[in-house]
Amino acid sequence: MIRIQARTEPSALMKFVSPLLAIVLTLIFGGILFSAIGKSPVQALQVLLIAPLADSYNIGEMFVKMGPLLLCAVGLSLCYRANMWNIGAEGQLLAGALGGSAMALYFVESESIFALPITLLAGVVSGMVWAAIPTFLKLRFNSNLILTTIMFNYIALYLLIWAVHGPLRDPQGYGFPESAMFSDATLLPTIFESSRTHIGILFALLAGVVGWFILTKTHLGFQIRVFGADEPAARYAGFHGKKLSWFVMLFAGALAGLAGIGETAGPIGQLVPNVSPGYGYSAIIVAYLGRLHPIGAIIAAAFMAVLYMGGDLAQIEMGIPVAVVSMFQGVLLFFLLACDFFINNRLSFTNQATN
Amino acid sequence: MDSDLIIQILFAAIKTGTPLLFIALGELICEKSGVLNLGQEGMMLMGAVVGFLAAYSTGNAGLGVIAAIIMGSIMSLIFAFLVLHVGANQVATGLALTIFGTGLSAFVGSSVVGQTIEGFKPIALPLLSDIPFIGRILFQHDILVYSSFMMAFILMFVVNKTRIGLTLKAVGENPHAANAIGIKVLRVRYLAVMFGGVMAGLSGAYMSLVYTPMWVENMTAGRGWIALALVVFASWRVGRIMLGAYLFGLASIMHLVLQGLGWSISPNLLAMLPYVATVVVMVIISADKFKEKLLAPRSLGKPFDPRQMA
Repeated sequence: MIRIQARTEPSALMKFVSPLLAIVLTLIFGGILFSAIGKSPVQALQVLLIAPLADSYNIGEMFVKMGPLLLCAVGLSLCYRANMWNIGAEGQLLAGALGGSAMALYFVESESIFALPITLLAGVVSGMVWAAIPTFLKLRFNSNLILTTIMFNYIALYLLIWAVHGPLRDPQGYGFPESAMFSDATLLPTIFESSRTHIGILFALLAGVVGWFILTKTHLGFQIRVFGADEPAARYAGFHGKKLSWFVMLFAGALAGLAGIGETAGPIGQLVPNVSPGYGYSAIIVAYLGRLHPIGAIIAAAFMAVLYMGGDLAQIEMGIPVAVVSMFQGVLLFFLLACDFFINNRLSFTNQATN
Repeated sequence: MDSDLIIQILFAAIKTGTPLLFIALGELICEKSGVLNLGQEGMMLMGAVVGFLAAYSTGNAGLGVIAAIIMGSIMSLIFAFLVLHVGANQVATGLALTIFGTGLSAFVGSSVVGQTIEGFKPIALPLLSDIPFIGRILFQHDILVYSSFMMAFILMFVVNKTRIGLTLKAVGENPHAANAIGIKVLRVRYLAVMFGGVMAGLSGAYMSLVYTPMWVENMTAGRGWIALALVVFASWRVGRIMLGAYLFGLASIMHLVLQGLGWSISPNLLAMLPYVATVVVMVIISADKFKEKLLAPRSLGKPFDPRQMA
């Protein structure tokens, strides 16, 4: 007979096995789904997961998608560790794209070597501002961070749409809601020949390492971890919750803002209404899949980028709606949450035949 | 402004507030039992798309509503199982439900984007609709709006005056004490979460069968989230939810009002209004920390494990 038993201590092994198990279960679910809609499951999974890594162009595109996912996820990992439920990476990303683009367009005639750093900085600061407002409202007025950050996602989106229809619209753009193309001086340099991969992915990897360093090697990171695990204990130890909250939120906002300007100054090259295919929301799943650990986030972001890339390919090659990606993301998080049950519990097989 | 315009504006505010009313009532009951379901947006989108698909393929809007209700409750059961049985984090599970519902609804609805159907027609209630002013605002709607009125009044009675309401509140305030006097806490929570799913489905059906009536990806545009704020705004009281829903409805149609007044502001800026209003309201309501603690169900968001003692 199988019984569920509480573990005396959380299983460290299960913490790592659980995400892998969740991915496998999601793939099985995907296979069943594709069969159900009359597509070959083997071909569909091959297009979703293998094809994105099959040639150098696709791998380059995978890095293009991995950058923003990772930047957002590293920030969110720290936020969630500190019990700050920041769902606003999407809005912070859009704010970064908007603020950074406004700066880039100011430099449209320029060839100054400072144009790019200032553009990036504007994006980072915009993202931080967008994170700072809900943080302030939470710490000063006790308002629910989840809801305010979500509302700020929508507000950022409409602000961006307004900007590309109004002040930032390209005067020579035949009325399309798009900004002018950025000048070369404000574009991120690419890394490889014949690929759109730009140095944003290096920023993202660096962010992962910095996040890891802060979390595991500094006193600040120690405080964040204690605060997340046991808030009363942290307060008893004299840690300043407000300071920590400010730090993780501004850190996350800065990274998401960088992700946003990295998109417009990177692969897109101008400000458009659909800057992000929901990177800020997917980053929540990346953060969980990476166990709220910056290094884990690097691996999880790579996986998620493959899935994004595969979704595009599945749309082109098999006519599968691209929404399948966000559905898979939801299923993946469900399975992950379910598998995490076994971190604190285990199945025990008892032989009751003697009774 | 002449009275005709005011009547039209208030009529539209009720229409726009109705999906918010449905979904916020569902979430209210769910939260009263101590469960915070952030998956409202996902359940609502699934209700909208399944309701539309059913109505589109059968040509019967009533069947669409039933399908949406069933879909909403299935979605809520996934959430309930993970949160109540597996003990998963309510915030993360709710987010997963929203992401899943957003993706799945876009996936299954991709074939009918842009199709239209014949939704519910308005029915002018005899006698009542002849009341000057109020009659034209309240009693010339479709059947779903009337059922939302009824639902609000029934819930007001059930929550405040009946044993069911008392049980619900006991579970939300102190599940261990409720358990001790023999209330099946998990069963009550399951039912409350499912009720939330039913109402979210209904709310989605209203969007795709009456309000637009068609299916577009992400057509709920954050109403599921605004509903969560509405519950806080209403201090967990049914009557105030009704008031709040119509106020938010009014905020969402502000661009029409201002156009009527001859103002010209970018529609994209005005589209922010409901979201900005939500933030402002949240700040005002929550600023009094003590008051909110007093009003919110005490066990909100906390898991209950019957094997453990308080």
